[in-house]
Amino acid sequence: MYGMLRGLWEYRSFIVTSIRNEFIARFARSKLGGLWMIIHPLSQVAIYALILSNVLAAKLPGIDNKYAYALYLMAGILAWNLFSEIVSRCLNLFIEQGNIMKKMRFPRIALPVIVVGSCLLNNLLLFVAVLVVFAALGQMPTLEMLWLLPLTVVVTALAVGLGLVLGVVNVFVRDVGQVVPIIMQVWFWFTPIVYSANIIPQHLQGMMNINPMFSIVTAYHDVLVYQVSPKLDEIAITVAIAFALMLLGLFMFRRAAPEMVDSL
Amino acid sequence: MTLLAVSNLGKAYRTYSSEWKRLANWFYVPAKPNHEHWVLRHISFAIEAGEAIGIVGQNGAGKSTLLKMITGTLQPSEGSVQVNGRIAAILELGMGFNPELTGRQNVYHAAGLMGFNNDQINAVIDDVEAFAEIGEYFDESVRTYSSGMQMRVAFAVATAFRPDILIVDEALSVGDSYFQHKSFARIKEFQQQGTTLIIVSHDRGSIQALCDRAILLDGGTVIKDGAPEEVMDFYNAIVADKENATVEVVALENGTTQTRSGSRKATIESVTLYDKTGSPVEFVGVGDEVTLCIKGTAHQDLPELVVGYLIKDRLGQSIFGTNTHHLNCKSSNIAAGKRFTYKFTFAARLGIGSYSVAVALHASETHIVENFEWVDLALVFNVVNVGEQTFVGLNWMPPAVEVDA
Repeated sequence: MYGMLRGLWEYRSFIVTSIRNEFIARFARSKLGGLWMIIHPLSQVAIYALILSNVLAAKLPGIDNKYAYALYLMAGILAWNLFSEIVSRCLNLFIEQGNIMKKMRFPRIALPVIVVGSCLLNNLLLFVAVLVVFAALGQMPTLEMLWLLPLTVVVTALAVGLGLVLGVVNVFVRDVGQVVPIIMQVWFWFTPIVYSANIIPQHLQGMMNINPMFSIVTAYHDVLVYQVSPKLDEIAITVAIAFALMLLGLFMFRRAAPEMVDSL
Repeated sequence: MTLLAVSNLGKAYRTYSSEWKRLANWFYVPAKPNHEHWVLRHISFAIEAGEAIGIVGQNGAGKSTLLKMITGTLQPSEGSVQVNGRIAAILELGMGFNPELTGRQNVYHAAGLMGFNNDQINAVIDDVEAFAEIGEYFDESVRTYSSGMQMRVAFAVATAFRPDILIVDEALSVGDSYFQHKSFARIKEFQQQGTTLIIVSHDRGSIQALCDRAILLDGGTVIKDGAPEEVMDFYNAIVADKENATVEVVALENGTTQTRSGSRKATIESVTLYDKTGSPVEFVGVGDEVTLCIKGTAHQDLPELVVGYLIKDRLGQSIFGTNTHHLNCKSSNIAAGKRFTYKFTFAARLGIGSYSVAVALHASETHIVENFEWVDLALVFNVVNVGEQTFVGLNWMPPAVEVDA
């Protein structure tokens, strides 16, 4: 563990340069460049808002903004986007970087760190865009939004833990890479992002609690839409799951690292 | 202190009946792989600072696997590699380059991957730019580069910092011939400053020119470790004969070793060098006419027989070689038991020094296809300057001088 951290510290320049390069490369030969990272989720929000607002808007209690549903969507997507981007990039990370892992010696842990850095940067940009849209819709920033910092850490830990486990297994069992996008799609719809949690039938509510993203998305809603502090007791379990997954991911990564290059 | 110590190194690729068993293994659940394939085993050697080592072997002998374990990208299955210094490798140049970024940005990225921080890279970036000599392209995206230009930048960044061990994999052919000379000079310079070189090549010339020791790998083990000339002779012999090969190494009186190989369908009995008067000589004057006489016997009916010879200098570099196939006088249908004599007469237009002659009997154009017998160091002779003007070099090409002063 200490070795991993020291390796990361020694390669800090490389990590920063890589994140920056990835960002620059995105702007290369594209007029809007990195803006596409924001346009994609925002257009997703616009589509849902357009199609579903009449059906679902009425069921959002507790806010008196006529754009409430759009706000609700954006808050959920902000959380989900970070989660799914990290998971799906970690999933194929080692396969994509296989060539360099076979030829160069460097701390392997730098690879997921670069992914996390780059995803957090994207998420920050999306957050700024969301703030702008919120302001335009009459929802001003509040102090409660500081809760997003720890919440982001929790989402990241959850996503990295899961992503590492899946990414490592994917090197050896490539089916994982095909199955996970499907599961992510299902997971998205089983998390109250597009709809509100109170439309779920009473007898299924208990099932929602086993979804760690449920409490996180709810917390995002609390902070951004309802402008209240999140309910910590609900998140506590997710935090525990997130850090357990993170440890499992790091453990598997360490155990698998020597064999990974053999299989790439 | 030993710079690099490889002890009892081995690498096995393990396959499991199910990949889930491999996963179980990480969690300390005992699961046996159902197949282990050893590509390298029982490799031990040590390299001291400042040495230059050639690693030779046929394709699949395990050279790349060995190098990957030395650089640390591949984990050994048994044994260990101990490195006391920084290793740089010139393999697969320019592999990590991002085509959308400029040469300069890619240099930062590549050097970062080698473990250098921005301050260290800032200190050498101008040298890298100057060494690559690609002008303004350095600040344009790599997408617009020719492959040669990309190689130049890649070589420049790979050698921007002098490593303790430099691994060169067939990469002495970087870019155009101008840059080849330049990169070769840089490698030589590193060597003089104390960098240990590990060179992987099939090219006898570069191994013998750069290395003072060679290691021959075959079938995943070290089968020879010694002076480059001796190892290359042995390598040559195993390349020549894969089937009924007999490779024999004889220690000669003067401490060197002679390699004999081949199927022995025909053998060489004597190799002698005669001067113009017909008496055997060991010392030859520069430019003197000499005759190389090769006598042998066929032990089986041979549909085709080609006799060849190769003159090599003290370092084992090839000076001149040819055979009766190329000279359009090969013999065919030689009956078993028949003795034969071949005489090659030529002027010894050679520089002063000691030369050896390797002689081979084989069928068809090269000895690779069917080798009857190949004898290295079959004959050693010395060239002395008796009456000619003083000159240096391996070749004697006396000029006519015209001065307009």
